Amino acid sequence: MSVPETVLEVRDLKVHFPVMAGAVVRKQVGSVKAVDGVSFNVRRGETLGLVGESGCGKSTTGLAILRMIDITSGEVMFEGEDISAYDRSRMRPIRRRMQMVYQDPFGSLNPRMKVSEIVGEPLEVHGLAGDRAAYDARVAALLDMVGLLPDMADRYPHEFSGGQRQRIGIARALALEPSLIICDEPVSALDVSIQAQVVNLFQELQERLGLTYIFIAHDLAVVRHISHRIAVMYLGRIVEIAPRGELYAKPLHPYTQALLAAIPIPDPEVEATRPQQIITGEVPSAMRPPPGCRFHTRCPRVMEVCKSLDPPMRDMGGGRAVACHLYEA
Amino acid sequence: MSQPLLSVKGLSTEFRTERGVVKAVDDVSFDLAAGETLAIVGESGSGKSVTAMSILRLIPNPPGRISAGEVVFDGRNLLEMSDAEIRAIRGNRIAMIFQEPMSSLNPSLTVGLQIAEPINLHRKTPWAAAMDKAAELLARVRLPDAKSRVKAYPHQFSGGMRQRAMIAMALACQPQLIIADEPTTALDVTVQAQILALLKEVTRAANSALILITHDLGVVARYADRVCVMYGGRIVEAGPAREIYARPRHPYTIGLMASVPRLDQEAGSRLVPIEGSPPNLANLPPGCAFAPRCRRAADICRQRPMLVRSTPDHLSACHFHAQLSAHVGT
Repeated sequence: MSVPETVLEVRDLKVHFPVMAGAVVRKQVGSVKAVDGVSFNVRRGETLGLVGESGCGKSTTGLAILRMIDITSGEVMFEGEDISAYDRSRMRPIRRRMQMVYQDPFGSLNPRMKVSEIVGEPLEVHGLAGDRAAYDARVAALLDMVGLLPDMADRYPHEFSGGQRQRIGIARALALEPSLIICDEPVSALDVSIQAQVVNLFQELQERLGLTYIFIAHDLAVVRHISHRIAVMYLGRIVEIAPRGELYAKPLHPYTQALLAAIPIPDPEVEATRPQQIITGEVPSAMRPPPGCRFHTRCPRVMEVCKSLDPPMRDMGGGRAVACHLYEA
Repeated sequence: MSQPLLSVKGLSTEFRTERGVVKAVDDVSFDLAAGETLAIVGESGSGKSVTAMSILRLIPNPPGRISAGEVVFDGRNLLEMSDAEIRAIRGNRIAMIFQEPMSSLNPSLTVGLQIAEPINLHRKTPWAAAMDKAAELLARVRLPDAKSRVKAYPHQFSGGMRQRAMIAMALACQPQLIIADEPTTALDVTVQAQILALLKEVTRAANSALILITHDLGVVARYADRVCVMYGGRIVEAGPAREIYARPRHPYTIGLMASVPRLDQEAGSRLVPIEGSPPNLANLPPGCAFAPRCRRAADICRQRPMLVRSTPDHLSACHFHAQLSAHVGT
């Protein structure tokens, strides 16, 4: 079997936001290290899940890859091209191949545009719209792909439910047949019964069109369900990366273990026998991350070395890697 | 059988809207025993929050109005009480915890003062002693540096700390009942687990009953003794948590369980979604509100199904409750 092609490779990505103070003379007093040395790759046709709690940098990572925010340092190799230093005009053709699906199906669609305009806009922007008939046919095909009816093209976003709006957002992302779709919390604003519809749609489209996704979410159960591999993030770093099966069966990093233990399983029989190890404390500020391992302030297995030495990412074989002193040889 | 602590009977709450009168809660009945945890589960618009607000008569009028039913708490109907009487119950014998602690805390008063206030008001405890009690309560909810944080303002707290403060406030007068409306939805996963475990622990220690309103089936499984599933303003299924998860007897409950991914399940299997969208309360279908999304729907579903006993302690509002299989997802 051939090795699947790498679509995206991120190396030591850092995104630091300056923190300014002073009413008259503004000067930088610190920085928020939202993403602080993140490396991973995404292969064609796979879904990589990015999971973590607020402030872990998962959304910032997605925005940095799309170059919607500036990168402080590091490399973003997209289809073999280092785009980390590209300016707006050079990013334009790249954006054709990289699309985003947003969390908020209410805020991310222009209320004054018809569905056909929303879905077809990327075609217009990139000069691919063709004549009226070709455009209409393409929009109809896109709507059909996401399970919407052709006659919905002339309606406005407010006429749709949350789940349908998310389908419109997905149709728009698909319009340019991108190589990579970054989905930022695409189902977390939806009702439970609707989430499964959208999750299934993502999976069906991947099978049919060979799509590649980065799926960013805080809900580990949803992420594990849809992703082939999962990167767990904490305070701007990836602490563990693993194929989905192993991540639940044998989580290595104490934070991954804590995250899994915190998520209740919808079955009272299972819950009654599950050990309830709940970690204490909350995520520290990304402006002043703890020295050493960033998780050491909450880690149930903290050692002396963790307080001063930042653990490097260590390859554990089988597609697994973990950044934790417990696994040093 | 001893008398329940809370007995809600035929509760209906409606709102006047541009599109006419909307029944947000429609003929809801349930009992709650002392010390018991009842989860009310539902999606947006199911009526779960309005049910909670109606119990404490916190429905803004207009546009809202409790149009029928009774809420008997410790032998008295809260809906027939005077305003002064219900105020003596709220925050005292029944406390409420909301989803957004920031919007239920007063930003211009210290946290300690806000916790001490109900103690001073309801228990006539002098302010100095009430403030000491507030510090004690903050320590009990394991707020770090509780003693000095009494003087802090809400904005100086993180989301998790604010929710701890809300729990401390709820506990202030040792209520017999705490109603928590999505108390952890706005919090991170690990903090959510901390807060729910704390809530369960303190209610158990005080033998308070707890009504937990949530959309999260995992949270229900971990913490609830009994469950009411709501859909379109009505209870569609009710019973002991273990019974409902093992043998759901309403197609909506069965559908919900098949549509959520489980961490302990084989990854890669397809979810079974419920087709369609939750109903619009202003335009409910006649009969069973779930029928338009239900695979089992038949002609009879145009008649409203009553909530009936399917087994002695398991209620279902489905015409086919007796035929529903014992297996989830079939």
